[in-house]
Amino acid sequence: MNSQDQAAPLLSVRDLRVNFRLDKHTNFEALKGVSFDIPREKTIALVGESGSGKSVSSLAILGLLPKENATVDARSQIIYGGRDLLKLPGDEMRRLRGKEISMIFQDPMSSLNPVLSIGNQLSEILMLHMGLNARQAKDRSIALLEEVGLPEPSRRINAYPFQLSGGQQQRVMIAMAMACEPKLLIADEPTTALDVTIQKQIIDLVDALRKKHGMAVLWISHDLAVVGEIADRVIVMRHGEIREEGPTRQIFEAAQDRYTQALIQCRPPLDHRPKRLAVIDDFMSGADIIVDPTQAKRGLSANDEIVLEVKNLNKEFVSREGLFGKRVMRAVKDVSFSLPKGKTVGLVGESGSGKTTVGLTIMRLHQASSGEVLFKGQDLLKMSKKEQMPFKRRIQIIFQNPYASLNPRFVVGDILMEPMRIHGIGENEAEREKLARQLLDRVGMSALTFRKYPHEFSGGQRQRVAVARALSMKPDVLICDESVSALDVSVQAQVLNMLQDLQEEFQMSYIFISHDLAVVKYISDQVIVMNQGEVVEIADSDEIYRNPQHPYTQKLLGSIPRGWHAH
Amino acid sequence: MTAPQYQASPGLWTLAWRRLIADRLAMISLVVVMAFFALMVASGTGLIAAKWADEVAVGYAPPSLFGTPATAVKNATSVSTTEPAENLYPGTVKDPLADEIAELKVQLGAQPGGGAKSSVGAGSTPLNDEIDYKDLDLGDLKVVDPIGAELAEILATTTAAVEKPRVDSLPFGADKWGHDVILKVIKGSETSIFVGLAAALVATIIGTILGAVSGYYGGWIDDFLNWFYSIFTAIPYLLLILAIAAVLNQKGVTTIVMILGLTGWTGVYRLVRAEYIKHSTREYVQAADAIGASNMRRMFIHIFPNVSHISLVQLSVHTVGFIKSEVILSFLGFGVPVDKVSWGSMLGEAQNELILGYWWQLAAATIAMAILVTAFSMFTDALRDALDPKIK
Repeated sequence: MNSQDQAAPLLSVRDLRVNFRLDKHTNFEALKGVSFDIPREKTIALVGESGSGKSVSSLAILGLLPKENATVDARSQIIYGGRDLLKLPGDEMRRLRGKEISMIFQDPMSSLNPVLSIGNQLSEILMLHMGLNARQAKDRSIALLEEVGLPEPSRRINAYPFQLSGGQQQRVMIAMAMACEPKLLIADEPTTALDVTIQKQIIDLVDALRKKHGMAVLWISHDLAVVGEIADRVIVMRHGEIREEGPTRQIFEAAQDRYTQALIQCRPPLDHRPKRLAVIDDFMSGADIIVDPTQAKRGLSANDEIVLEVKNLNKEFVSREGLFGKRVMRAVKDVSFSLPKGKTVGLVGESGSGKTTVGLTIMRLHQASSGEVLFKGQDLLKMSKKEQMPFKRRIQIIFQNPYASLNPRFVVGDILMEPMRIHGIGENEAEREKLARQLLDRVGMSALTFRKYPHEFSGGQRQRVAVARALSMKPDVLICDESVSALDVSVQAQVLNMLQDLQEEFQMSYIFISHDLAVVKYISDQVIVMNQGEVVEIADSDEIYRNPQHPYTQKLLGSIPRGWHAH
Repeated sequence: MTAPQYQASPGLWTLAWRRLIADRLAMISLVVVMAFFALMVASGTGLIAAKWADEVAVGYAPPSLFGTPATAVKNATSVSTTEPAENLYPGTVKDPLADEIAELKVQLGAQPGGGAKSSVGAGSTPLNDEIDYKDLDLGDLKVVDPIGAELAEILATTTAAVEKPRVDSLPFGADKWGHDVILKVIKGSETSIFVGLAAALVATIIGTILGAVSGYYGGWIDDFLNWFYSIFTAIPYLLLILAIAAVLNQKGVTTIVMILGLTGWTGVYRLVRAEYIKHSTREYVQAADAIGASNMRRMFIHIFPNVSHISLVQLSVHTVGFIKSEVILSFLGFGVPVDKVSWGSMLGEAQNELILGYWWQLAAATIAMAILVTAFSMFTDALRDALDPKIK
């Protein structure tokens, strides 16, 4: 390889235009002329929200666009090694894919074949692309698994995907992608489904592998903070266009584009607490005062009225093992806390920490094994179903996934009126309809959406409907179970702002469950850190971030991606 | 969004309907199925085929529309309905008893008094000997024929019928008694389609309710229903049908509907149960629990609209299946009573006729059934595709 080759970019995308045919008459322009270069041995990040076209770009590079409805414009070019990948015949492209360009996906569980051992899946690639025999492939697989940091690789090689944790699965996926020592690794949101501590490990692993093997990485993410940790250059995309491109430092410190500025601003900051988070619209409207400088104050005071008190809550899951044996899994161990009126208690922890189980047990969607949940002094757990009925509306929950928590066969109106019918709120249907329309208005949805079905809305709109449904019962306590985790950052900011406004207006108390420490810190008065079913630390939210006491809390906080500043 | 905001948006059923309309094959099938249903309704209300039982033609009048072979025509036209036994056999098939019968007739005709009935005189046949013996035993008592009056009446009507002019051929042919086959098929499809639809409805309702309860509650209720299901399906299907037919012990359309409905729910049960197991842990059902919806409300108001397409497709799959089952049952003689006609009973009659070369009744029933079943099956397939619960 001569020096001229070294200077030229590894891959160039020129004027990439991709159209998706949605039905007979409508086309969707996913990419509207995108051009960028991927230099050798560097990490390039593609950042954007859902629908920005970042994943479509990566699929186009790999030649994996769905043939039946995607068309690539004739002017588009993807130059790799002097050839245009878009014009390459199918079998040559297949040889290139996996060998020179490989990819890791967001969800490792669904990318791995569940009925084949990971060793099998790794060996298959090695035998296919590298021409190794079965023995060599096995040895190489073990070496690869060792390289990606899977413990006990020679034993784990026979494991099936379900026997591994999410982080370990992603390591296997990386090993598979690395198997043929590719020149370009495309990582499509590889850490989004993982806990923060695991996310940090994966980011470090990919960066180490890049340096060691001298490959280039195209890292696709919706999260600027993650990208700031790893990328050399950042490309910000929106609606199929590139808004801004530049070195990471420049993007974080002197973003030129308003959309980029908005993306950076709308994540809840860790070092201060604006009363209102900036949203994309503020920036795009072009108004002068962009960030409201008013700061909110959070924290508990001694004379708060306690609405909900949880005492020694335990939840055990019993599973049968063998003929007579059983195994008890203690999901929640002696959790106690109290929730004052109009305040927010944040529950943080990684997956499997029991934070969601706490929420569901308080709601009695799970039966508690022992403990008390006192709502204004009355124990909810000891009530019969009938006695509990009047209390049900007082505590409500908003689930994580707005796509799953709304009945797909109900129109918005029915979703909002159903709780009113059950609890006899409103004299008649006409009055309920009026109330429902007011609620829609309150959560910032047009009353004209009344007869629409959930599938017609975006994630943020659906979550607003879910909030409106909870509000229809005028609850005292609202449990937000990862309610903003599935949303784009800008939408997340909107929903967080709305939740804060509603809390102020109705004096509701929130139990805010999330794995996202920045969000929890921003919205909570008090933070409870959970690990493996136990509470490891409870403190005021500012205090816990400033001065974490427990080693686990310190580890969690250390893993938060801090963007550019961490460098 | 480009669509005007104030419009009520299309529901999922509307979207499914639009997908269905776009499917040309489905639409053709639907038209055929609807035509059959219209036929069923028209026939049921007596608009058409009300007089199917009229004996308008000579027995086995050939279908003039299809140019039947000359021999068949000749045989059929020579049929006299008063003495069908004599003419049942066409010339091509040799009757092994023909000679003896002819001889007997000659003997009987030679005797005074004509027929064997009420013959008291001494005779050489064993039958006459026996009658003699009886008469002797009873002394002077006059022998009275217990069904004499009715017989006379029947004879009078048949004679009257015979006197009516009968045509020699019909466009689609006639059966043994001279019923027009096309009218018979229409009347038969009324019974068959009604049985198919009603039985499918019964089976789907039973299957859906049991499946919903089983899948939603789980635990011992599910165990019990599954156990019941396993035992039920372990019994050979035909045996079960015959057993229920024997227990109900009366022939009739309602009986067939009950037999098929009570044995056919198992497939629906398994599918609906699986859907309910899947849906009962979904977040929207948890959300319904959170807002205080009761079990029944969650089962039938929240979950059911999400699985109703399964029930609908099963309904139409089973309609096709039960139409076929009715045919089998009637063919075996467990089906419709003698005064009713269905495709099955027509096929049952046809098995004797076919040997004799009278193919038109079999053809009519088979073609009608094949068209409906094919169209219905294709429509069902299209319906399943259109109702694919994948949400955009």
